Amino acid sequence: MSTAKLSSNADSGVIKLAELQKQAAVASAPFVMHAEDRAAIEHETHHYEDPRAASIEALKIVQKRHGWVPDGAIAQIGALLSVPASDVEGVATFYNLIFRKPVGRHVIKVCDSISCYLTGYDDVHRAFSDKLGIKLGQTTADGRFTLLPICCLGACDKGPVLMIDDDTHGNVAPDTIDQLLERYL
Amino acid sequence: MATIHVDGTQYEVDGGDNLLHACLSLGLDVPYFCWHPELGSVGACRQCAVKQYKDANDTQGRLVMSCMTPSSDGTYISIADQEAKEFRASVVEWLMVNHPHDCPVCEEGGHCHLQDMTVMTGHASRRYRFTKRTHQNQNLGPFISHEMNRCISCYRCVRYYKDYAGGPDLGVFGAAGNVYFGRAEDGVLESEFSGNLVEVCPTGVFTDKTHGERYNRKWDMQFAPSVCQNCAVGCNTSPGERYGELRRIENRYNGAVNHYFLCDRGRFGYGFVNRKDRPRRPQARRDGQLVTVEIGAALAQAANLIKAADRAGKKVVGIGSPRASLEANFALRALVGADNFYDGHSSSERALVARSLQILRDGPVPSATLRGIESADAAFVLGEDVTNTAPRVALALRQVARGKAVQLAAQKHIADWQAAAISDIGQHDKHPVFVAAVGTTRIDDIAAATHRDAPENLARLGFAVAQAIDASAPAVEGLDETTAALAKKIADALLAAEKPLIVSGTGSGLEAMLTAAANIAWALHAKGKKVELVLAVPEANSLGMALLQGGDLNLALEQLATGAADVAVVLENDLYRRADKAKVDAALAQAKLIVIDHQDQATATKSEVLLSAATFAEGDGTMVNFEGRAQRYFQVYDPTYYDAGSGVREAWLWLSDLRAQVRDAAIDWQHFDDVTAAIEAAFPALVGVIAAAPGAKFRMKGLKVAREPHRYSGRTAMRANISVHEPRASQDADTALSFSMEGHNGIQSGDRPAALIPFAWAPGWNSPQSWNKFQDEVGGHNTGGDAGVRLLDPAANASAAAYFGPVPNAFAAQSGSWRVVSLSHIFGSEELSARAAPVIERAPKAYVALHPEDAARLGVSEGSLLDVILVGTTVRLPVQHKADLAIGTAGLPIGLADLPFVAAGSAIKFMQVATA
Amino acid sequence: MSAAKLSGDTHPLTYRIQPDLQPLDLQAYAAQDGYAALKKAIKELQPGDVTKLVKDANLRGRGGAGFPAGVKWSLVPMGADAPKNKYLVCNADEMEPGTFKDRLLMESVPHQLVEAMIVAAYAVQARVGYIFLRGEYVVAARNLNRAIVEAKQAGYLGAKVCGGDWGFELFVHTGAGRYICGEETALINSLEGRRANPRAKPPFPQIAGLWGKPTVVNNVETLCNVPHIVLRGAAWFQGLNQGKSKDAGTKLYGVSGRVKNPGCWELPMGTTAREILEVHGGGMKDGLKLKCWLPGGASTDFLLPEHLDLAMDFDTIAKAHSRMGTGLLTVVDDQQNIVSVVRNLEDFFARESCGWCTPCRDGLPWTHKLLQSLERGDGQSGDLEALEQMTRFLGPGKTFCAHAPGAMEPLQSALRFFRGEFEAGIAKPSAQVAA
Ligand SMILES: Cc1cc2nc3c(=O)[nH]c(=O)nc-3n(C[C@H](O)[C@H](O)[C@H](O)COP(=O)(O)O)c2cc1C
Ligand code: SF4
Ligand code: FES
Repeated sequence: MSTAKLSSNADSGVIKLAELQKQAAVASAPFVMHAEDRAAIEHETHHYEDPRAASIEALKIVQKRHGWVPDGAIAQIGALLSVPASDVEGVATFYNLIFRKPVGRHVIKVCDSISCYLTGYDDVHRAFSDKLGIKLGQTTADGRFTLLPICCLGACDKGPVLMIDDDTHGNVAPDTIDQLLERYL
Repeated sequence: MATIHVDGTQYEVDGGDNLLHACLSLGLDVPYFCWHPELGSVGACRQCAVKQYKDANDTQGRLVMSCMTPSSDGTYISIADQEAKEFRASVVEWLMVNHPHDCPVCEEGGHCHLQDMTVMTGHASRRYRFTKRTHQNQNLGPFISHEMNRCISCYRCVRYYKDYAGGPDLGVFGAAGNVYFGRAEDGVLESEFSGNLVEVCPTGVFTDKTHGERYNRKWDMQFAPSVCQNCAVGCNTSPGERYGELRRIENRYNGAVNHYFLCDRGRFGYGFVNRKDRPRRPQARRDGQLVTVEIGAALAQAANLIKAADRAGKKVVGIGSPRASLEANFALRALVGADNFYDGHSSSERALVARSLQILRDGPVPSATLRGIESADAAFVLGEDVTNTAPRVALALRQVARGKAVQLAAQKHIADWQAAAISDIGQHDKHPVFVAAVGTTRIDDIAAATHRDAPENLARLGFAVAQAIDASAPAVEGLDETTAALAKKIADALLAAEKPLIVSGTGSGLEAMLTAAANIAWALHAKGKKVELVLAVPEANSLGMALLQGGDLNLALEQLATGAADVAVVLENDLYRRADKAKVDAALAQAKLIVIDHQDQATATKSEVLLSAATFAEGDGTMVNFEGRAQRYFQVYDPTYYDAGSGVREAWLWLSDLRAQVRDAAIDWQHFDDVTAAIEAAFPALVGVIAAAPGAKFRMKGLKVAREPHRYSGRTAMRANISVHEPRASQDADTALSFSMEGHNGIQSGDRPAALIPFAWAPGWNSPQSWNKFQDEVGGHNTGGDAGVRLLDPAANASAAAYFGPVPNAFAAQSGSWRVVSLSHIFGSEELSARAAPVIERAPKAYVALHPEDAARLGVSEGSLLDVILVGTTVRLPVQHKADLAIGTAGLPIGLADLPFVAAGSAIKFMQVATA
Repeated sequence: MSAAKLSGDTHPLTYRIQPDLQPLDLQAYAAQDGYAALKKAIKELQPGDVTKLVKDANLRGRGGAGFPAGVKWSLVPMGADAPKNKYLVCNADEMEPGTFKDRLLMESVPHQLVEAMIVAAYAVQARVGYIFLRGEYVVAARNLNRAIVEAKQAGYLGAKVCGGDWGFELFVHTGAGRYICGEETALINSLEGRRANPRAKPPFPQIAGLWGKPTVVNNVETLCNVPHIVLRGAAWFQGLNQGKSKDAGTKLYGVSGRVKNPGCWELPMGTTAREILEVHGGGMKDGLKLKCWLPGGASTDFLLPEHLDLAMDFDTIAKAHSRMGTGLLTVVDDQQNIVSVVRNLEDFFARESCGWCTPCRDGLPWTHKLLQSLERGDGQSGDLEALEQMTRFLGPGKTFCAHAPGAMEPLQSALRFFRGEFEAGIAKPSAQVAA
């Protein structure tokens, strides 16, 4: 029986889904929620029996604009969704795709799960570390890149796999990372 | 009922509980962490594992979490099973992976549930050899210290603080092996019940900051069964002393009253006992100065004053105190005679308390215990800000709202201990709690509806609710449509409930508030509802004071001002808190004053003789709480043990001695029990006071009950700086307790009566979790009955009572004049706790609150100063805007140390813009 | 890749997938029987009939545990007394290391999942559905959202599905990471906007799930089978396995690791691991030999080369003391040190613990550190015993959910099969004495 090989389209070219507007963190400035973000969060609440369900999406909406979730956003999201700020913070700090500290303009998430581990994760992550001069969890001095580990990206047939911002890249080899990074200014 | 088999033994159990609950209730030791009798089961810690078998023939079995397994009929389990034991030891070993090795310097050591469970499971040596995770701690304010490295992630703190107590500002952050419990940022914990974290946390993450600086081990403290003095709820406490200092207050379990929880005022407000400026020796006025004198000299001088008055044909008035014991008040009454004995409340509060007593005693509706409050399925809080006047009631009311989820879950056959499932099912569903108050309250978040208005209008709402329930109750003339609709809504909700609850109190200063609340209760009673009533009264022994039937304070002051009376004997009372300054000044200008108190207060400074009284920690006494429960507190320590010259004596003793001297007679009351006997003889309404606790002759197995744990150490050394000769332990002729570790200290079948348990300890159980060993079932009633005797018996008046009238007129704002509404503050409004340093830190500064429109009319902005003109005095206060206040009213924070007396209730005060 | 066009009769889940993997729009999907099953269900079948069909077809859950979908649905309260709000949730959190099948279905045939959810919701009379999609699947989110808009325009979603009197709304809910969100009760908490701690069962979600309401949670692949069962019948579905298994239908199998042709294929249920690895996956890369393999994700026990001829179905793999799990093989080659491989796996599990129960939260990081220590050669005597104790005490029933037991599966089998490699990590006594 002939059976076609099927595959995800993770490496079918880079799709820019969102041009992330990221601003440098100004810790002291009071956080002001953008009116569009507020409206977007309010819109989300209509999908659920309870507005609390929009809390993760709310954090993501704020993060999309600021690159991370500034401290002041926590209480404002709480007020918007009628949940205590401590609950919002509890959620924000639970999920690994929510950043509660400033990150670089581009976030590189390198899959370190088993299939990628078997197909060369160590080499790839070391190549990034050497190239960028940072370790996992760190941000380059110029604020351009943050390097993070991530668990299985569901593209194990293309290991090693990584994501930069919203783009998934498969079959990454240490000698291709220069080209890859060029696309992210 | 169900039959369960534990390690081959057959037991009869309730069947509705989980196995952990059942085993603990049977007295069997099963270790646990995340479970708590008040919080239910969530199955997180995995410490309570036991082996469960399918039937008698199953030898294989499987591990189950006892807290998550029902104790249904025919259950076979083993606690002793080898695998179960190994697993439980493993759980502790895992918890110890990150727990520091700091027991020797940790203030939790010695009463740490984690230590107890570690020993119980037998985990003794550590295999983990890698680094531990570390956390930063937070500053959570003056009450609670935070040491997160000790956390074992049992989740109890958030479950208590958020789910049970409704506090929004404690959360759980992070994930995996890096979970953090704290606030989103540093800052004071907002909940008025944060202190319970100290006992809820099974280890030393949240500890009592007031104890931390001078902490000592539980086994090195001396305790007594005690009752909180800081409001009328009368929570039972276990104060601990070392070196003649109170070191901390812990909860003492009472199955009908506070069970596991206190409010922060009661827990952290004990500092007045330790204050350096307390009168600890008697003083007498010599050449215009109060100087320290010997006890005998003080008594002689006081007796001479009284005798001189007698000779001159002048009266001697005795002014009692709602913060002093029944015994002290009664002793005063005996000294001055019934006709000259005056109630220590302000004149208006006296009337309010008397009305409360009448409603509770003569009406058909019983007062609710705290436990009773929690079992209500609807509540109406009328005109009383209970969080600030009777705090523990507010925590109980939260459980009313939460009860709905339990009910909904039950419909899906989910047991009441399945805590997580219950809250998932009943996420926003609450039993209806209606809150009508002069402003926002701290329980508005659980309210089905809130209503804010001037006190008169709140009372009218109350009358309207009663009338909507029973048309024969007095009607309210001229009620507007929205209020009438709200009244109907509240009435319907109360009628729909099985066990509705009406909550009000004296806090508004308006008698009609009480009668309105009574009418609602009467109406519900007439409709066959199992209604109960809560009336918050001002102070710890307000109802006791009322039962002693003293006269109106203003009369006493008049007698003094006019010279009809010459001498005033004032018991534990600062009259400047009870009447207008001018009035008190006028009275005291004429009178010779004998003050008996333990605090250095304004009235005391004017006394001719100041007799240094014992606080609750240094004496015995009985108080009657808001439900009418007589409760005994016992002396914690003997001050003369550390300071032979101490003149701190119980007020009843001072008064009894004084009476003997005045009459040149022998002392007729040798012991405390003589006083309670005399009280019962004089007041049939107070029969029950003797039974509030066993008397001095009581013995357990021939022994007195030990105030100190049997490991108490350092006794020979602790006085060595005074004298190397260790004195004999103080003797206590007044009670069945001993000032020593010698004495009875048994548990369960050999246990002391609930009123005589000074501290919670059982073999292997050093933490407060050991209360499990003193209950008929875990979290239930104390074995042998909950402490205290309810004096009011409404069953006797079960027939319908006549409704109260009249309905007050609607409040109308007056131009140029404002109606004072009393704003009570949990931290600051109560006299004694407001003298404790950490409470002072949390207390507000005096202010006057106005509706922004009123403020605008006066041309004052937030923070600007106003001269507030009170009777006989003027104070300059900063303005606070409070948009929830009714226009035409002015909020004043009552009872603050820096604010003079403002008559409770409807006194209308005039205010002027400060010229400065 | 350029194989002959597949047929819906034999490859129901994947026959519509275009060679370039671009998603089918509504028109293209409809042209290949798209929404025919929905129309049939609404017009010809009662809700209970759909559930019965799925039950008769013996569709077992493809999320890993193999629970029969029809049985799950039949536990949902039905009829007039049932709660008004009921929910259907698609578990699209696919985060099990080594698993990459749901992504494919959602990116390439989004309408198939949308139709499947409407049909399944009709069966249990749910009013609202959510696709709980992991945050990283941005392409799937876009394609699904577009499909939902199209379906709504076509009247397949909304207040009156296909003009009938039953209404259904469908939303894509994207997550923000965390493997534990795939556990169905943790998923429900996450969907409610909470920390993704699992919930205790009972109550089961079918009785009290999302916001306490009856809720069905099914995997993407499970659901995608439903329209085909409705359209072609239970007997057809039973026959899809070509007699290779007691379990019905096809299965998305796959292989990753150092093989020549890693990928994912729809094959008859019960296809042997050998066929998946050697025929479809092209065998090991040159110069490498198979050392061991995970049959279906990181939380399954290792099997050895000698197990390759086992049929990949739930019961057969279970008999070999492993689990079929998600059915996507991860192969470990002979150049790998098993201690390092297991260390990598336990690192994942330790990091992804939700932090709720003690054994998992504190036992997994310890396990990971012990393995690190052995990997570096500075293990100590007693470490293997500690690990073995961990495999017993982090096992099923002892922890709050199946996360930690899953973590123990590869560890316990590795210890069983390759104990020598672990022992080699224990520092020589002399090295210890040196200090
Ligand atoms: C830790 C853990 C992670 C899981 N992750 C997933 C997942 O990503 N996707 C999934 O469909 N099921 C996952 N499951 C299984 C689900 O809990 C659930 O069984 C499944 O979604 C039910 O769907 P099914 O019956 O259609 O298979 C996971 C289970 C556990 C214990
Ligand atoms: S007691 Fe039980 S399982 Fe149960 S987890 Fe907690 S206490 Fe633990
Ligand atoms: S293991 Fe890396 S994508 Fe799966």
